[in-house]
Amino acid sequence: MSETISYNNAPVPVALTINGQVHQIAVEPRTTLLDLLREHLGLMGTKKGCDHGQCGACTVLLNGERRVSCLTLAVSHDEATVTTVEGLAEGDVLSPLQQAFLEYDAFQCGYCTPGQLCSAQGLLREGHARTRDEVRELMSGNLCRCGAYPHITDAILSVLLTQQPAP
Amino acid sequence: MRNFGYFRAASAAEAVQAGATPQVHYLAGGTNLVDLLKYRVEQPEALVDINRLPYGHIEELPDGGLRLGALVTNAATAYDARVQARYPLLSSAILAGASAQLRNAATNGGNLNQRTRCPYFYDVAAACNKREPGSGCAALGGHNRDLAILGTSESCIATFPSDMCVALRVLDAQVRLLGPAGERVVPIAEYHRLPGAEPWRDNNLLPGELVTAIDLPPTDFGQHYTYLKIRDRLSYAFALVSVAVALRLDEAGHVLDAHLALGGVAHKPWRVSEAEDLLTGQLPSAEVFGAAADALLAGAKGQGENDFKLVLARRAIVRACWQAAAGTPQSQSDKHIR
Repeated sequence: MSETISYNNAPVPVALTINGQVHQIAVEPRTTLLDLLREHLGLMGTKKGCDHGQCGACTVLLNGERRVSCLTLAVSHDEATVTTVEGLAEGDVLSPLQQAFLEYDAFQCGYCTPGQLCSAQGLLREGHARTRDEVRELMSGNLCRCGAYPHITDAILSVLLTQQPAP
Repeated sequence: MRNFGYFRAASAAEAVQAGATPQVHYLAGGTNLVDLLKYRVEQPEALVDINRLPYGHIEELPDGGLRLGALVTNAATAYDARVQARYPLLSSAILAGASAQLRNAATNGGNLNQRTRCPYFYDVAAACNKREPGSGCAALGGHNRDLAILGTSESCIATFPSDMCVALRVLDAQVRLLGPAGERVVPIAEYHRLPGAEPWRDNNLLPGELVTAIDLPPTDFGQHYTYLKIRDRLSYAFALVSVAVALRLDEAGHVLDAHLALGGVAHKPWRVSEAEDLLTGQLPSAEVFGAAADALLAGAKGQGENDFKLVLARRAIVRACWQAAAGTPQSQSDKHIR
């Protein structure tokens, strides 16, 4: 039975697998996925920048696809799988992108970094970026007020090139 | 945002029944609606979540066209191999809009139904006839740099912000609807409205009607197309002016058939048959393209801050026509305009 009704704005039960762990939680219909992560589950890695889908700081992977978590309602995603920045590493072993961000000095204040990392992870999975121009275009949804864009692009390209088979 | 009820529709019939109630909105990708809820521009009593309805596929049509399900995301549409091969203009226009994250969420139906990004529409303290009928238009004589130069009225100068729909207009798409009274099909040309005296009506949807699919007729423009979008930054911004062009040429290079539409300048994608007729039978030239641009912009009027759009639009139309004629469509990642 897939039909769920909330009358009188009552909380709605949702089940989400977040970074490999199943969470059963009841949320008001107006709760965004971002607020569920931060306010209900205490996962503070995902940042609230603009809260209007303009900055990309809240980017997470939803069923493997990069999405801004501020512009989607948690109730819409019953039985979905979410990966946040907390779920990118394997224990103490950083993901290739996280390692590259360190090596290429791809952040200054770091506020946008969780969103940059999740967005870049989505970009790699999508497979549409092959050149520097394409990485820049397909990362345009993630703003960096420190202006670390050249190094962010370098870091992503370094991982992209190791993943591509030699011509 | 104000709280609201929530109903997850398991079937189209259920959705349409629930959606016919006033103060109820359909929820698909949510990229525009959730933002409007946050600004309290929209304050529905309940949302009907349509994401589980069976409109998430792209299918072949018997006439050689393609049916785009209303719930297929903009990203899945733009990267679909059939769309890229047969409707590259649509793919290009979609990829010129929003960001990768938003395109992964935003649906085809939602793209048609998105609201204007006029700043006064979003500012609930400002007068706006679209948001609050009869309250006035703060954009007239206000900050109107981004706003319309064509088809405006005394009550509204908002623009329709979609890139995808400018391509759909050039491709003569058909919008399939389901409502309490059954199914109907509306040509894209008649889907969106001009503001007139009722600017709160963005389109001709009837109460409770739901977009189920967008049908694309077969086309043979080949590489003679382009989507040229001019904006304040090179990516992730709404158009100041955008131009979609598709041409059919004979072997000598004469134009057999021309389709041109503008985005960012009106309350709907702007297309004028007289402009296209001026191109038919002609060889590409600055004079011919300039005449078509003037016809497409006939009646255009600046609002002060956006006067520059008249000049920008004319130049963008001419450049886009050259790109389409040469078969060198504008890249959406290499930002140089050639």
